[in-house]
Amino acid sequence: MAINFDTALGIEPKALAFREKRGEILAANLANADTPNYKARDMDFKSVLKQSIASGVAIERTHAGHIAPQQQVLGANVMYRNPSQASLDGNTVETHVEQAKYAENAVQYQASLQFINNKFSGLMAALRGQ
Amino acid sequence: MASSSIFDIAGSGMNAQSLRLNLVASNISNANSVGSNETDVYKSRQPVFAAELQNVMNKQNATSKVNVLGVVESPAPPVMEFSPNHPMANKDGFIFKSNVNTVEEMANMMSASRSYQNNVEVLNTAKQMMLQTLKMGQ
Repeated sequence: MAINFDTALGIEPKALAFREKRGEILAANLANADTPNYKARDMDFKSVLKQSIASGVAIERTHAGHIAPQQQVLGANVMYRNPSQASLDGNTVETHVEQAKYAENAVQYQASLQFINNKFSGLMAALRGQ
Repeated sequence: MASSSIFDIAGSGMNAQSLRLNLVASNISNANSVGSNETDVYKSRQPVFAAELQNVMNKQNATSKVNVLGVVESPAPPVMEFSPNHPMANKDGFIFKSNVNTVEEMANMMSASRSYQNNVEVLNTAKQMMLQTLKMGQ
């Protein structure tokens, strides 16, 4: 029986890719905290998970006039954030919210990484057989 | 590697904020400059930020860096002061002081330095994440 990394590591590499992409989006939100008319964006883990479990299901566009679905990253929509206090210049970035989300995302990234590392050390123990 | 674009994004943010800090420094240091007519006097300068549009429109890429469109001069009128003994006074005895609002500039400076720090923190966290990823499986 060969060891297959895809089955051995499970969902973790995908979770890591999602965290990386989300970190990028949140970094863009923070960098554009003072840009007029910039709309903060984010991704939802639940919808990405749902998409990756039931992948291959997409809206078919049978006519050129059909509106394309929203921006998709890793098969999930990138959504605009609902600001709790919108600012007059049309910017919807709330720095404290974005900071909290970024920190949360970094911790979750490290958690996914830790899970992968633990799986690797489990595989190593199995290979050594000691 | 996708994480390296976090460095690009945070870098563009720092770039924009440091330009803003530079303009604040220029405005504050010229706050007391004087001219003998309305056009000669120093005018407050402000940066114009915009998200990079082509990245926003691109369906594959949801992130966008900060773009500095340019620097604009404040259209507010300069402060006129009657001071006939001033060497720069015009024939009616008026001097024109720059339209820099020092209080506004101080608030601007605090906002810019905080935003800069935010971007530095983002960069540090991304760097830590990448270093840990490099150690994966060891």
